[in-house]
Amino acid sequence: MCSLSLFPPPLPAGHVTLYESNNELVSATSLDNYQRQDWDPPSLLILKETLKPHNRLENSSKAAFIHHQETLWMRSANAWHDAGLSGLLDEIANSADEGKFPRCMKVGACCSLAILRWVSSFHGSLFPHLTLSSEDMVAEFSQAADWAGCSVRALAWHPHTDKFAVALLDDSVRVHNAKSSTAPTLKHRLQRNVSALAWKPLCASALALACQNCVLVWHVDPSSLSTRPSSGCAQVLSQPGHSPVTSLAWSPSGAILLSASPVDTAMMVWDVAGESCVPLQRVGGGGVTFLSWAPDGSRVLAATPSALFRVWETSMWTCERWPTLTGRCQTGCWSPDGSRLLFSVQGESVIYALSFANTPGELLGQAGDSKSSVIVADLSETTFETSSGETSVGGEIQTLVWDPRGERLAVLLKGNPEKSDSRSIIAVFKTRTSPIFELLPCGFVQGEEGADPHLIHFHPHFEKGALLTVCWCNGRISHIPFYFVSAGVPRPSLGYSPPVPYPSRGSEVSERLLYSELGS
Amino acid sequence: MLSLGHDHWFIRKVVFWRAAASIAWSVLLLPASTAIFVLLSRISVLHPIEWITGSLNFLCGSYVIFSIVLLCLVVLIIGVFILEFYTVVPSIPCTQIALIVKVLHPQQFIHSLVHSMMGMLVSWCAAVMIGGRYQFLTSPCIAEESAVASSMCLNEYHLFFLLAGAFMGYSYSLLYVVGNMNYVSFPNIQQNKYLRFKGTLPLVIKHSAVQALYSVRNYCITYFFLGYIPRAWICTTMNLQKDRTLHSLDTLTGLLDFSLLYHLWISGTFLLATWYMTWLLFRIYTTEVYCFPVQSSFSEDAHQCLPKVLSSKQPLILKYLALQDFALLSQNSPSRRQEVFSLSQPGGHPHNWSALSGECLTTLNDLTQKLIAYQEAVSSNGRTKPQSVGSDKRPSSSGSSATSLIVEPTSWQTPRVSMGPKTPGSVFLRSSVASPFTPDLGSPFGSPAMKRLTGTLDPSSPWHGSVQSPHVMRRGPKLWTSSSGAETPLNGSPQSGPAPMPSPVAGAQKPSIFSLWIQNRQEQVKNVLAKRVLIMYLFNKLPEASSQALFAESQAHIWALEGLSHLVAASYTEDRFGVVQTTLPDILGTMLTLQEAVDKHFKLPHASSKPARTSGSLVDTSYKTLRFALRASLKTAIYRITITFGEHLNAVQVSAEQRKRLQQFLEYKE
Repeated sequence: MCSLSLFPPPLPAGHVTLYESNNELVSATSLDNYQRQDWDPPSLLILKETLKPHNRLENSSKAAFIHHQETLWMRSANAWHDAGLSGLLDEIANSADEGKFPRCMKVGACCSLAILRWVSSFHGSLFPHLTLSSEDMVAEFSQAADWAGCSVRALAWHPHTDKFAVALLDDSVRVHNAKSSTAPTLKHRLQRNVSALAWKPLCASALALACQNCVLVWHVDPSSLSTRPSSGCAQVLSQPGHSPVTSLAWSPSGAILLSASPVDTAMMVWDVAGESCVPLQRVGGGGVTFLSWAPDGSRVLAATPSALFRVWETSMWTCERWPTLTGRCQTGCWSPDGSRLLFSVQGESVIYALSFANTPGELLGQAGDSKSSVIVADLSETTFETSSGETSVGGEIQTLVWDPRGERLAVLLKGNPEKSDSRSIIAVFKTRTSPIFELLPCGFVQGEEGADPHLIHFHPHFEKGALLTVCWCNGRISHIPFYFVSAGVPRPSLGYSPPVPYPSRGSEVSERLLYSELGS
Repeated sequence: MLSLGHDHWFIRKVVFWRAAASIAWSVLLLPASTAIFVLLSRISVLHPIEWITGSLNFLCGSYVIFSIVLLCLVVLIIGVFILEFYTVVPSIPCTQIALIVKVLHPQQFIHSLVHSMMGMLVSWCAAVMIGGRYQFLTSPCIAEESAVASSMCLNEYHLFFLLAGAFMGYSYSLLYVVGNMNYVSFPNIQQNKYLRFKGTLPLVIKHSAVQALYSVRNYCITYFFLGYIPRAWICTTMNLQKDRTLHSLDTLTGLLDFSLLYHLWISGTFLLATWYMTWLLFRIYTTEVYCFPVQSSFSEDAHQCLPKVLSSKQPLILKYLALQDFALLSQNSPSRRQEVFSLSQPGGHPHNWSALSGECLTTLNDLTQKLIAYQEAVSSNGRTKPQSVGSDKRPSSSGSSATSLIVEPTSWQTPRVSMGPKTPGSVFLRSSVASPFTPDLGSPFGSPAMKRLTGTLDPSSPWHGSVQSPHVMRRGPKLWTSSSGAETPLNGSPQSGPAPMPSPVAGAQKPSIFSLWIQNRQEQVKNVLAKRVLIMYLFNKLPEASSQALFAESQAHIWALEGLSHLVAASYTEDRFGVVQTTLPDILGTMLTLQEAVDKHFKLPHASSKPARTSGSLVDTSYKTLRFALRASLKTAIYRITITFGEHLNAVQVSAEQRKRLQQFLEYKE
């Protein structure tokens, strides 16, 4: 098992990690010392001050208008239209002073409202996350460390070309291309509180956005020079009861899109072209917060807000329940061949691994075969002696990302908020999946002083190794290349990849059991 | 009409059994739904214990048992009708009149009739199970004057229920045909049958409840106005009397009876829910994946293997299931892919691969041909329209739709228009003269003739295109891509056109005048008809519908594209003998041609407008968006091949035009 104490100590304050070369992380005092390579994605600085977040609260615009005397039935109809049954009941109950409604109706409305509240509070006590407002919910379940406060809210690399999309604090999305200077800005009426972005694989243009009330799919024409594509280029996919959407995952074959919402126990399987969806519902969990599709397309990880996650098998869409011990599954990532899942659990600072027999499609009706997960790394708080004094590093895991070749694993560690000297940091591991699964320390990635890492992503097809894109909390987006020669891993092909032998769980692994139940 | 005797092995061995299983399950579900119905129909909030015990006692009674037996019969007949009427290719009426014809078709008439009768039967069962005042058709008269005769009176509530059942059965049948509910769409993800049923069941119940509500409303309105007819008829034929002490039900006071409406709605929901459940189970069972063997070691099973089955045209369900299986095997079954890539044992030919890929390519090419033909038809319509308008008012605007006419100088066209009336045979002149010249001349010559031919015809009338189509066909599609260069020499001598006219045309002159006259008459009749709003409404093409009809079979194309592209992508690592490489140029060529045709199609008006999305409705409207799905999966398929092969594709032989398109895909510009 790997732990943080094996890592080289973090850099003193003021040093910035630039790149990895010859198995060492190279750092300098500022970003400008960086020797430019022949190809570079644009490094950006998006300051929070330049963005204008709108301060509008949900449903708050109503109060800004002059009170208008409408007939009672009109208002009831409007309330029914705007806010459904509870809105109608509210309207009836609140119009008590006017005395137009029969008294029994008012009493009835009040009673039913009370019952509704009681039921929802009961439901909320089962699933505490349901009491959050939708914005807080997105902030809670987003993969970004500080979703509400930083200027960049989500980032996604295009799977085949050198462009990436960033969602900003002002609810706009920009598409940056390494080859051209035009950066189209996408804005839509329904594009609010974007929590995740996903480019459609095997397609040049489709970008899916997880918004507050819907999923938007933009079709950004790559050859167009327009900087403001019209909102006619966006498809709106919405389903009642399925908001806010916090996670999206395209199938690697590009055929279907999954969306998840923490308030909806069903995850939606969208046929984007036909704008139709099939809900996949299972009892338990109270919602779905995070989705991650294995690169070979055979399995999907679906985390829930409670101490439970599921692994779906995609040929017959059956699932396996994995109750965790302490908290909800915060994040997870798949090895390139889809045979291994690494995940972390809220409240613990360890990385768990689950392995699956890699026989996609042949194994109908069963998602996996392993009966327990193993701890592969312990990232609990460790104190390092540096030139500038003691620094403690480590804590809960916010995000896990694995590079597409399966050689580098980046872990975004949240600092301990109670300690002043602890900060959030990115720990990078070297990984090997065959012949045995290994995690070796590589080093810490640090940014400018005072800037915490906020979001991390690997470039999906960097030729010289791996390229980690980091969004820092001060609005900078930087790219840290890891130059290495791949250890002869065959090119991951879509659909099928050769089976991987089981790891010998002897030396580096201490087993800790989680429970698995085969659910239907 | 009921052609139950399909003797195809697949229908006999698979489809029948699947239908039988689905009907059996719906019969098994009947007792449960009946129990729920009985419970709900006798609901009384004030006496809950009494209500539950009473209902449970009643459930074991003979009435309920007998009703369930009858309902089983109903479900059986409904199931047989679903089996007879199902289709995998939706029929999309392109005009209102086609829709009306579809509704009035004799087959549909029988469908409606049987469903009305079944509805009546179900509502009779419902009336008996609810009991009380609904139970019998006759009741002893209460009124004093009839008590003397001790005769029987008509129980209008019972009649009201029976007629409501017939009405709901009929409206179910009507919605079934209008909403294309006989179209069986295939799911885009595979799930177990039980889970699919469980997932859709809430939707079925919700949909039935809402539909029942609408039906009750419509039925009450109908009964309010026309209810006296069946009542009087029943009274006279059965020699019953009308009870005058009770409110008759075609009055407002009679209809505003809450418990009556509730019972009506509950039994309507029960009726629709049992039928929709049968329908749902049938769809789930028929669309289940059927695994065809890729090759068989026994020659007598060869006709059941995937290559053979894929090439069969009938029955369509077989072809669809085969294509679905083909798409799935290509995606997630390495061992079956190996069978596809394997060589035949003696001889070493890739029979499996060539049969499968050949069949898919034929399917795709058919679609390309259809699209091109449609585009030609549409573009010729679009072309002639502005011309006849333009030469009347503003000749310069005539080229708005055709590429060749944009550059035509107006000064040149005006003399032709004035010259038109001189020679009535100019239509024939054009066809005879145009051939020795370059084909480009056809279009400028044609314009005055057409203008004359159409006369005062309103250009927006639906007849417009159809009249001129013969001429368009004669000239061939090449004309429409004419270049301006060919016309410029003609500008100097506008009279050179009519000059060589005389000898060949002279003989044809007389009959041509006569036929023209006939044609003119026809035009006038049509013209007069076209001005009537109703006829316009009936015969006008529905927007989008022709586009939908064109892509009605696209589910098959989507599977063919998915299957081919996955196999080609997998061949990069798995194809040991290189069997795929031989057909790669064909596959790429076919896909790129289809891509071009689809791109062009989406530039036509109405083609890219989406129908309004109905979220969470039971009625399946996926056939309306098949063209978008096809476009998306076509792009995905081409990308899958280009991403897998990358630069190697430059070595593949394709035409220059397609090379350019392919380059776009290699650069991720599409």
